[in-house]
Amino acid sequence: MNSSLLFFVLLCLTLFSYWFGMQRSLKVAGGAEHKKELTSLPQQFGLLTAMVCGLPALITLLIFNSGEHIVVEQLLTSTLPLKIQSLSTIDTGLYLNNIRAIANSETASEILQELSQSSDIKTQIQYKAALTLQELNQQAIWLKTALVLIIACVSVTVLVRKFSLTYPARQKSERIIRALLVTSSAVAILTTLGIVISVLFESIQFFKSVSPTEFMFGTQWSPQTAMRSDQVGGSGAFGAIPLFAGTMLITFIAMLLAIPVGLMIAIYLSQYASVKLRAFAKPMLEVLAGIPTVVYGFFAALTVAPVIRNLGESVGLSVASESALAAGLVMGTMIIPFVSSLSEDAISAVPNSLKEASLGMGATKSETVLKVLLPAALPGIVGAILLAVSRAIGETMIVVMAAGMAANLTANPLDSVTTVTVQIVTLLTGDQEFDSPKTLAAFALGLMLFITTLSLNVLALKVVRKYREQYD
Amino acid sequence: MTKLNKDLNGDSSNSTNTLSTTEKISLSLKNRHRKEKRFKHIGLFSVLFGFLLVVILIGDITSKALPAFNQHWVKLDVNYQASWLNISDYSVQSPITKQMKKANYRNVLKKSLYQMFPDVSGRKDKRKLSKLLSSNAEFTLKNNLIAFPKLFEKKTQVWVKLDDDVDSYLKEAFPLGEAGLRIGQKQAQWLAQLIYNERVESRFNFSFFTASDSREPELAGIKGALMGTLLTMFVTLLLSFPLGVAGALYLEEFAPKNRLTDFIEININNLAAVPSIVFGLLGLAVIINLFGLPRSAPLVGGIVLTLMTLPTIIIASRAAIKAVPPSIREAALGLGASKMQVTFSHVLPQAMPGIITGAIIGVAQALGETAPLLMIGMVAFIVDVPSSIVDSATVLPVQIFLWADSPERAFLAKTSAAILVLLTLLLIINLSATMLRSKFEKK
Repeated sequence: MNSSLLFFVLLCLTLFSYWFGMQRSLKVAGGAEHKKELTSLPQQFGLLTAMVCGLPALITLLIFNSGEHIVVEQLLTSTLPLKIQSLSTIDTGLYLNNIRAIANSETASEILQELSQSSDIKTQIQYKAALTLQELNQQAIWLKTALVLIIACVSVTVLVRKFSLTYPARQKSERIIRALLVTSSAVAILTTLGIVISVLFESIQFFKSVSPTEFMFGTQWSPQTAMRSDQVGGSGAFGAIPLFAGTMLITFIAMLLAIPVGLMIAIYLSQYASVKLRAFAKPMLEVLAGIPTVVYGFFAALTVAPVIRNLGESVGLSVASESALAAGLVMGTMIIPFVSSLSEDAISAVPNSLKEASLGMGATKSETVLKVLLPAALPGIVGAILLAVSRAIGETMIVVMAAGMAANLTANPLDSVTTVTVQIVTLLTGDQEFDSPKTLAAFALGLMLFITTLSLNVLALKVVRKYREQYD
Repeated sequence: MTKLNKDLNGDSSNSTNTLSTTEKISLSLKNRHRKEKRFKHIGLFSVLFGFLLVVILIGDITSKALPAFNQHWVKLDVNYQASWLNISDYSVQSPITKQMKKANYRNVLKKSLYQMFPDVSGRKDKRKLSKLLSSNAEFTLKNNLIAFPKLFEKKTQVWVKLDDDVDSYLKEAFPLGEAGLRIGQKQAQWLAQLIYNERVESRFNFSFFTASDSREPELAGIKGALMGTLLTMFVTLLLSFPLGVAGALYLEEFAPKNRLTDFIEININNLAAVPSIVFGLLGLAVIINLFGLPRSAPLVGGIVLTLMTLPTIIIASRAAIKAVPPSIREAALGLGASKMQVTFSHVLPQAMPGIITGAIIGVAQALGETAPLLMIGMVAFIVDVPSSIVDSATVLPVQIFLWADSPERAFLAKTSAAILVLLTLLLIINLSATMLRSKFEKK
């Protein structure tokens, strides 16, 4: 049985054990008319039985599935001739891939027939390996099916034998549910842990071949040359400064658009606009926030960039077709609603008494906003801006589609620059083996990105907490 | 007027001691009111600028998308001659229907086309002529003959698709018979002839919704990507909803106030702000390389998107749970219900509308996500429609990304049309969330 069928069977078994547990508990009580004598409801007995049936078996299935391919591979490699085992990991990987492709293809029997007739020793080895793999896979499936079903059945039997009139079925099932709830809330920690460990682990691998100082302070970025290991001095150049500079430039342009516009929108909507306009404007601006970034990327690459290019050329400027300006402006557009809604929250959190006092003293509305409300709301606004910067730095699709690949170290917004996220995507969406410095560099960049955005978020929270004025 | 005002202002600052405060204020009032007005106008302008951006964005994409919903077809006089089809003899052993599946339809297509344009000679011109038709025109002929075997050895008229270059050319409305885009002078004249004979027709492009991805723009559709999106969202919802709700229930109802709980809270808030691409790195390093799940599969995409949307759902669910009045909990507890029974039978049903709204918003966020899916290989060119969560698949946003990268002009319209479909989906999802919210708020 394959995993999905097995899963389905397990599900049916679980449903059955719900019913089974209920019946058993009634039997223990001596029939449905005596069910009041049980300390827990029959349904609670059923629930407990179902959970005891399903959970251990499901966990076994998951562990088995995640470990299966590693074990099978180990076993297969050990049956291969020593000559192949002594190959480098990459070549062994390729060889194994080849065998896997033969064994798993839809026409496996035909291919194997063909291979078995060949007299070539290499093909013979391949044939044998493919047969072994098929056999191993078959065994794994049998083992898995047997293991899962046995665990499910045994645990139910053991449980049901313990049933008595005073058996605390409710307490036990509630304890299991509580454990499940704790596990669910721990997923967030596990995710963070997973991110940190995986990114850190690959980055350490990377820093074994490229020194951290070169990565952090080098001004040359050309990972493409690192593909060939036989090249003279072929370690490529992994100086990430141009990427950081490019990210900064695009973020800066985006902020130049998003901060003033977003802030003014927040001020106008919270202080001047009529209820009608607000009711219309808020969802309208939410549209901007809800549009997927890939759509912004398309808009930037195919509409904004050509317009900027044509405008620039008409005044005699040379503009790159993938200018930082286009990507930055569109990114700014995306961030406007983010800035405006967060700033509006900050402004409306300022107590009304301050505003009324200022107006009562004869200040105009704009004076009140600029001299009373904004200073009071400043921590919140700074927090909002920091969060917006963090978002701009981590934004991927717009820059992948509209910014360039060339790692230029420039401050000219009309030039093409590349960013950290663009390089992560470029490095990881090709066909290359996983352990080359090129792919590992993507994880080092990911680490940088994670650290930067995380510290910006923490900083934003700190700013809001520390400098918030207490008015109550 | 302005000058006068300035003079007055200057006056007032120079001769402070001669003017009283009231006079100073009344003198500066005009200036201050002008500033007020300007400030207000800047604000209004910003709001209008925001509107303008929305209108430009949607308008630009819609106008680019419209051509993709139509496709030009041409009516050909086809002659299903046995000799052209390469069907020489047929007997009981090899019946005609079997032969029809293997026959040479390309030949029939070419010969029929040359008969319609008898004056075209020379290999170059003939090739140009057959390039007017889509590369799948021969399959149209084949399907037609197999559907109506009686047409064998007979002349008939068949509608086939025009090539994407021709299609784009016709949509740009060049004057008849003139070269343009990638259409040469001769091809333009042949086209003019076809149009004059009323053989060219523009029809609604159904295949955009029923076909999968293709290298040929006129054949490419979004069915595969839509299916992939559906499967991925299925996995995401199946995992993130129970996990999110369970996590929120624990944190809100059971968790003791201690360091660990604080740590979990901070973690969730930080995860919500981690760039989505980092989740892609996690998926690549852990889910694919460590656990060995298949690349490009909706299962992996769903898991990655689950991790990404989980914080959103947890935060929204916690807010909904917090909003349930404590009196309900206390009443149930007072009647002897256990904490677990209170939570699942009283708090959860009350909080459900809010939780569902949060989940819908989370799914909408996952639906438009592209970057993490690029990392886990959902970016491959996939022609088959995925049928299970472990098949190779792509999703709508990634399809948009792929098409936007294609050099063919006709893909521009296809991309915009796919974007419109995606935006429509998002609109429906968000509207349903809003409606749900307002429906339960009234109660």
